[in-house]
Amino acid sequence: MSRTVLPGFRLALGLTLAYLGLIVLLPLAALIWQAAGLGWERFAAVVTSPRALASFHITITAALGATAFNALFGLGLAWVLVRYEFPGKRLLDALVDVPFALPTAVAGVALTALFAANGWYGRLLEPLGITVAYAPLGIMAAMAFTSIPFVVRSVQPVLEDLSAEAEEAAETLGAGAWRTFRNVVFPAIFPAFLAGCSLAFARSLGEFGAVIFIAGNQPFRTEIAALLVFIRLEEYDYQAAAAIASVMLAAAFVMLLVVNAIQLWHLRYAREGR
Amino acid sequence: MTASRRPRIGDGSLAKALILGLVLLTSALIIVGPLVVIFVEALKLGLETYARNLTAPDTAHAVWLTIATALLAVPINTAFGIAAAYAIAKFEFRGKNLLIALVELPFSISPIVAGVAYLFVYGAQGWFGPILQANGIKIMFAYPAIVLASLFVTAPFVAREILPLMQAQGSQEEEAALSLGASGWRTLWSVTLPNIRWALLYGVLLTNARVMGEFGAVSVVSGSIRGVTNTLPLQIELLYQDYNAAGAFAAATVLAGIALLTIIGKLVVERMDPGAARGGAG
Repeated sequence: MSRTVLPGFRLALGLTLAYLGLIVLLPLAALIWQAAGLGWERFAAVVTSPRALASFHITITAALGATAFNALFGLGLAWVLVRYEFPGKRLLDALVDVPFALPTAVAGVALTALFAANGWYGRLLEPLGITVAYAPLGIMAAMAFTSIPFVVRSVQPVLEDLSAEAEEAAETLGAGAWRTFRNVVFPAIFPAFLAGCSLAFARSLGEFGAVIFIAGNQPFRTEIAALLVFIRLEEYDYQAAAAIASVMLAAAFVMLLVVNAIQLWHLRYAREGR
Repeated sequence: MTASRRPRIGDGSLAKALILGLVLLTSALIIVGPLVVIFVEALKLGLETYARNLTAPDTAHAVWLTIATALLAVPINTAFGIAAAYAIAKFEFRGKNLLIALVELPFSISPIVAGVAYLFVYGAQGWFGPILQANGIKIMFAYPAIVLASLFVTAPFVAREILPLMQAQGSQEEEAALSLGASGWRTLWSVTLPNIRWALLYGVLLTNARVMGEFGAVSVVSGSIRGVTNTLPLQIELLYQDYNAAGAFAAATVLAGIALLTIIGKLVVERMDPGAARGGAG
C-alpha cells in the first residue's frame, strides 16, 4: 500500500493505532458503555433535569460569547502579525501561545485575582456596574483566555499566503479598503477563520480548570456542565456523571465533524481559487 | 515581508495605528496581565514568605509528583508523536484523514470527560476494576492514573508540531540515505529526526507544560489526596480553597515559570529555524 520505499510503515502505524486504542479509544468506549447501560429513560431523565439543562445553557452561552470575542481578537492578532512590522512582533507571536503553555488552574486563579472586586480590573469595572468574577461574565473571560490561540493560528498561515494582486485589483477598480476587505480578503480567509472559531468553541465547551475558580459555581447561575459531571462523581452518582459526560462527548464529536467539513470545503475552495 | 511592496489595505497610518493599538492593548490586558498578577500576588508578602510557601511539605511533594509524572508521560507521548507523524507524513494509506482526526481527538474532548472515561476503565465500577482489585493492582487514585490521564490530554501535541514540517519535507532525503545502505533506524536517527529537531523540541516543551499543568482530568483520577496524589495544579486549588492565596500563587509561579520557559523556547526555536514552530493550535 505504501508509495515510498521507506521502511517502518507497519511498525509506525501499528504503534500509533495500538496507542490510540489503549489511551484514547478504550476509555471513551468505556464511558459510552456506561452511559448506554443507563437505559434510555433514565439517561433522558438525567440529562434533561433542570439543573443539567441549566448547566448546558450556561456553558453554551458562555462558550458562544468567548468565541465571539476570540473571532474578533484572533482576527486582529493574525492581521497585525502578518501585515504590520513593529517592535516586539516576535514576542507577541510567541505570547499567543501563553494560554496553551499556562496551566488552566493557574489561568483561573490569575483571572480571578484580576477581576475580583478589589483586583486590578475589577476595581475599574465594578463602579461601572460590570461584575466579572463569580458571575457569568467570568466564565466567558476564562473560556476566552484558554482558547485565544485557535483563531490566530488558523487564520495566520492563510493570510500569509494571500497574494496582493486580488487586493490591488479591487482597489484599482475603485473599491475602498473596507469593501476590499469584505469582498476579497475575508472570503479567502473565511474557511480557516470558521475552522478556528469552531475549535475555540469546542475547547470552550469543555473548559474546566480556568472556569471553576472564577465562576462562583452556583447551580442554575454559574455552574458549567463539566463541573456538574465532577459534582455527580463526588456524590458517587456515577451513572449521572456518565450521562452528562457522554452528552459533552457527543458535542465534541459534532464540533469535530463541523471542523472537518469546513476543512474539506476549504480545500475545494482553495483548488477552485487557482 | 510586506515592507517593499505597494501599500495594501489597512496600511494607512490611521487604520494601522487603530488596529495595532487595539490589538496590543487587548493582548497586554488579556495575555500579559494574568502572567504579571501571578508573580505580584505571590511576592506581595515578601520573598521570605514566598520561599516558605514554596518549600511547604505538601507543595514540595506536589512539585515532586508533577515532575515524576512529566518524566514518564513526556517521553511516551514524544515517541507516539514521532511514530504517528512518520506514518502519516511518509506513507499513503486508506483512512489517513480518519487517523489524523483520531490523533487530534483529545484536543476537543473536555479533560473532565477524559477523567471520567478513565474511571470507567480502571475504577472500582469500571471494566477492569474488579480484576485489578483482585490482584492488588492500584491504578485509580494513584500515580499510574495521573500518568494515563496526562497521556490522554497531551497525546496530540508532538505530532501536531512536527507533522506539517514532515509533510513539507517529503522523503527524498530518507530514500537517498537508504540507497547508500543506511538501516531504517539509522535513517530515522540521522536524517528524519535532525530535519525536524526544532519543531520537535517545541512540541516536547509544549507537551511538558501541558502535562505539568493538567488539572481537570487529573483532578478526577487522582483522588487529590493531600501530600500523596496532589499534583501542583491540584495543590494550587487546595491552597486557594483553604484561603491561602499567597501559598496558591507561590505554587502557581512554578507553573507560570515553566510556561514562560516554554515561550522562550519557542522564540529560540523560531530564531534557529524560522517557520518550524508554528501550528500548535489550529
